[in-house]
Amino acid sequence: MDTYYHPKDLLKFAEMSEGAPELGEKFFSYYSAVFAEGELTQREKSLIALAVAHAVQCPYCIDAYTQDCLEKGSNVNEMTEAIHVATAIRGGASLVHGVQMRNIAGKISL
Amino acid sequence: MSYLQAVKNPQSNLYQVPNLETFRNNLANHGIELTRKKCTTLQVNVGQLCNQSCKHCHLDAGPFRREIMNEKTASEVIRLAERFRFETIDITGGAPEMNPHIKMLVSKLAPLTDTLILRSNLTAIAAENQKGLLELLAGNRITLIASLPSLNETQSEAQRGENTFAPSIRTLKKLNALGYGRPGSDLQLNLVSNPTGAFLPASQEHVEKRFRQMLADKWDISFTNLYVFANVPLGRFLTWLQSSGNLESYILKLATNFNPCTLDGLMCRSLVSISWDGYLFDCDFNQSLQLYMGGRKKHVSELRDLPGPGDTIAVSEHCYTCTAGSGFT
Repeated sequence: MDTYYHPKDLLKFAEMSEGAPELGEKFFSYYSAVFAEGELTQREKSLIALAVAHAVQCPYCIDAYTQDCLEKGSNVNEMTEAIHVATAIRGGASLVHGVQMRNIAGKISL
Repeated sequence: MSYLQAVKNPQSNLYQVPNLETFRNNLANHGIELTRKKCTTLQVNVGQLCNQSCKHCHLDAGPFRREIMNEKTASEVIRLAERFRFETIDITGGAPEMNPHIKMLVSKLAPLTDTLILRSNLTAIAAENQKGLLELLAGNRITLIASLPSLNETQSEAQRGENTFAPSIRTLKKLNALGYGRPGSDLQLNLVSNPTGAFLPASQEHVEKRFRQMLADKWDISFTNLYVFANVPLGRFLTWLQSSGNLESYILKLATNFNPCTLDGLMCRSLVSISWDGYLFDCDFNQSLQLYMGGRKKHVSELRDLPGPGDTIAVSEHCYTCTAGSGFT
């Protein structure tokens, strides 16, 4: 079955510079700087990226950062906990908007 | 074509993976000739018998292997070490502790070299029938190199088998009690962390820092140095790569990460490796492929001179492992 997502397309990511080279160069340079060792370690940044990849549900990012997390020395338990963090924030973001529902309902209800 | 046939054909790549440049061609494309330097290290594989069947083992070592160095070959190895002064002698296996002549080898080789290394899986060394071995090793100032892939029990045992993690931690504590790996001690306890799958190792510096902190915090364990090595696609690990559909992507990953800076420090440039039955190789990995030193099967008893600067080294596509990323020392 054909699909919009092909794993090998991840390798074409850099081709996105072709339509707008200056913007592409700026993006990839920024991207590289973000993941360099800083106040956070590369391992910690990779775990954050994995969690965000699940929040934005990007198959390319999930593939890339699963491998990257393992290559940075994380284990599956740590990676699972990171995904739970993303899940809690996603779920919590829905639930906390329930306060708006309660405010509006409260205002217009007897 | 089998791997043993493929390794003898310089035109094909060992793994028959499309788009994989042969290692020889890759070196030629970089204008590099890989030759030997002065030989300073003797590596002795005392047998493929092991109490564990680790999934990443490049030699398929395990409890049912019967290939083990006998007393005659061990004596020939000792004679070689007497004739040539090696800076380092490195005893490996299998589990070298399971060779019945290991205590004799350790006692006789220790005075013949500056550094005698024993590679241990941390479980065979502490077996019931090994009484006195730890004390013998400490007494002879033997450097230990011990496998510990991960500080996560599940991840570690996925590679090394069930019921290996807790015994390994107990052995590390025992070694620390003998003075191994303690700050300021000259008894060196070095750890090796291999990735637990078809991916590259993390940065050695970062893994060492993390292991040092976590082993100290959780178990009050210390060690001297930690090394990370990529898994070599040979033996049992190769079988797993094939059956899990990871072979092509893994070998291409190793090749893509080829780093010419690793070539200067490659162990095959300064090492002679002897198999359990006394034959000579450029490294322990080449034993898995029967890729003999100098291109011909030669026994330790026939060796008149050590290989020297400029001599050729037998290579194949598994060599991409030692040249990937930060390399393999």
